[in-house]
Amino acid sequence: MELLNDLFFDYTLRTVAMGTAILGLVSGALGAFAFLRQQSLVGDAISHAALPGVVLAFMLTGLKGPLALMSGAAVAGIAGVLFVIAVTRLTRLKQDSALGIILSAFFGFGLMLLTFLQRNPDARQAGLNHFLFGQAATLLERDVMMMGVFGAAAVGLMLLFWKELKLLSFDRDFGASLGFPMTALEVLITLLLVIAIVIGLQAVGVILMSAMLVAPAAAARQWTDRLGVMVLLAALFGAAAGVVGTLLSSLGAGLSTGPVIVLCISVIALVSLLLAPNRGIVWTWLRNRRHAILATGLMGRG
Amino acid sequence: MNTHLPVATTSAAIEVTDMTVAYGDKPVLWDVDLETPPGVLMAVVGPNGAGKTTLIKAILGLVPAAAGQVLIHGKPYHAQRQRVGYVPQRGSVDWDFPTSVLDVVMMGRYGRLGWFRRPGKAERDLAMQALEQVGMAEYAQRQISQLSGGQQQRVFLARALVQDADVYFMDEPFQGVDAMTERAIVDLLKGLRSAGKTVVVVHHDLQTVSEYFDWVTLLNVRCVASGPVSQVFTDENLRKTYGGRIAFVGRANNAEPTPGRISTPAPAIGV
Repeated sequence: MELLNDLFFDYTLRTVAMGTAILGLVSGALGAFAFLRQQSLVGDAISHAALPGVVLAFMLTGLKGPLALMSGAAVAGIAGVLFVIAVTRLTRLKQDSALGIILSAFFGFGLMLLTFLQRNPDARQAGLNHFLFGQAATLLERDVMMMGVFGAAAVGLMLLFWKELKLLSFDRDFGASLGFPMTALEVLITLLLVIAIVIGLQAVGVILMSAMLVAPAAAARQWTDRLGVMVLLAALFGAAAGVVGTLLSSLGAGLSTGPVIVLCISVIALVSLLLAPNRGIVWTWLRNRRHAILATGLMGRG
Repeated sequence: MNTHLPVATTSAAIEVTDMTVAYGDKPVLWDVDLETPPGVLMAVVGPNGAGKTTLIKAILGLVPAAAGQVLIHGKPYHAQRQRVGYVPQRGSVDWDFPTSVLDVVMMGRYGRLGWFRRPGKAERDLAMQALEQVGMAEYAQRQISQLSGGQQQRVFLARALVQDADVYFMDEPFQGVDAMTERAIVDLLKGLRSAGKTVVVVHHDLQTVSEYFDWVTLLNVRCVASGPVSQVFTDENLRKTYGGRIAFVGRANNAEPTPGRISTPAPAIGV
């Protein structure tokens, strides 16, 4: 109860919870499309690839404002995707290998830049390493505003192109035969995914961000057979994990918000995978057992 | 009432010239020319890897062609999109996608709807009509993963029907369907032909070509022959298409299984 009270009246906590709610909502909604297109790993690659972008943006501009760092992250994330496309087109490597290579190469480069900066006597770089695991507590109102604006734009575009994105996700060739530019739509959904990732980096960090894309979608898919409901549920699960994670981490000293949020969404995903009606593991197991009992019963009689 | 312009009898429904497609440096289609008159039901047959699916995809612009030109009723394909319907291979989509039968069928109207506009009552009604035509009306609200192979195929056909096209391209609509569905699909195809539509079907079962189709294209990277079944579906052309391995099974309905046979026909049902 006191916790809820804090949520409404503690300014810092409210700001952080707003930020993590936005992050969960946007990454949940857009992650659902990545999940359905079997592109979940792309999100992982984009978020890892964003790290050198963050560091380079700081090195080039000397700024640590959200706009500068998010722009750097976005540019590096997009560069990562382009590299993956180039590697799959120009070599015999399959997409999963290309994703693995680009992910580690970009991330390693980012880490190298980070350690290089840390040796630097310039104290302004302090805090950049928070982009590894995120530090939601550092979210300021201007950060949350920025997350809100970009998140709303990303979700708005997703809703605007809903029918076309559904077509792309379900039957790309058929969509192309109707005359819709499927490659352009692929670029669009990937850019929206980049936005979702970039606005989450400060709070959750490059390493855990992909969980915020995949887990809400995987959980939501368990409960419904409708795309609209699934995207809505994924957004709600993400937002709930954000708020609950923020509150939980505010309870104990030394509990880092990002990882706690990821733990929350993981619990939601686990419960959904086990218990959801029809698709849940427990449900399937019970059904199979019932069938097995029925079958042995019939055989016994035969 | 019918909005389709009358087609001059001299104009082909589909005219493909010099179509060449290569994956890497391996040609999949080589210099294919095709001229299909309107109102025929055409089978595209050939061995595995002959480029049957690629031919359809290249005509529809889904794979880049190294060379070639496609005219649909005398005009370039991209200007005639609304007159073309497509049934992809059933296995090309994820049937566990969270959507309903009705929703998938309404996708056939997306092209006419254009950007941003959502399907409404008109689209819903058309989709229901199409589902009735393929005998799937009571499945409208089902999740698509609950369908059998034959039902999935019917849903894809219904989606093509709501496209209300003049020329249809269908990639293996008989793949993995039961005998009853095969019969239903054949009736549907013949219905389309009676309505003056042109239907191109990638087909695997040589035994049923003469029974189902009136026009045939024999393809093996190159176009071996294309024309009326009675004229071009000959032993000699089949041998040219399939190589020496084939023992001809075409018109003899009770032919013994032969090593060169491409697929097992569905059990014959009284017509």
